[in-house]
Amino acid sequence: MKILYFSWVRDRIDLGNEEIVLPENVTTVEQLVNWLQSKGDGYASAFADLSMIRVAVNQEHVKLGHPIGENDEVAFFPPVTGG
Amino acid sequence: MIKVQQKDFNYSLEVAALSEGNHDVGGVCAFSGLVRDLVGDKHIDYMTLEHYPGMTEKCLAEIEAEAHHRWPLEKTLIIHRYGRLEPGDQIVLVAVSSVHREAAFDACRFLIDFLKTNAPFWKLECTGGDSKWVTAKDTDTQACDRWLNGDKKE
Repeated sequence: MKILYFSWVRDRIDLGNEEIVLPENVTTVEQLVNWLQSKGDGYASAFADLSMIRVAVNQEHVKLGHPIGENDEVAFFPPVTGG
Repeated sequence: MIKVQQKDFNYSLEVAALSEGNHDVGGVCAFSGLVRDLVGDKHIDYMTLEHYPGMTEKCLAEIEAEAHHRWPLEKTLIIHRYGRLEPGDQIVLVAVSSVHREAAFDACRFLIDFLKTNAPFWKLECTGGDSKWVTAKDTDTQACDRWLNGDKKE
């Protein structure tokens, strides 16, 4: 699975994107977040306050409960500030 | 039409193109957003706009399609820049042509309100050696929600 990070989420994790093998028991975005949180301090810091995290699966905005699979592209970022 | 680009755009030419050769158009409404040099009491040297290539274009195309679904429009245009921008630089242009002014005004406002809370762009403000990610505003979310709740709809 491809994961992308933007804005301060990327800064905290210190990574723009990564390929991961999705663990078998991870089937939703929320479970993916829980799994990522245990990968290190940067991840823990980026995902400390989930009210500040927005998610896209295959480039569509989704909620934390959204189902995910191995071939999905998942992106994590803060609320957008364009315009 | 959607354009996501680093380079500047010519406001007059872009807006003129919305009615060129189409005499059904009775009105064109346009909004452009610029980089300010002062945010609150803080001076800004420059700003860097990051975006999510692929999702940005997809998201803007969806917003544009929704505007055409809600109002009778001739043409719509969304241009959004990314990369380093200086105070006074143009960031964004949304413009709409329609037979009548009401649809043009409403659709133009809808496009910028939706873009601000949905399109995956992030502003990094730089002052001296410091840089700070801009925080999303509740008022922007409220402006978008008003369209969803229907009290601005025709």
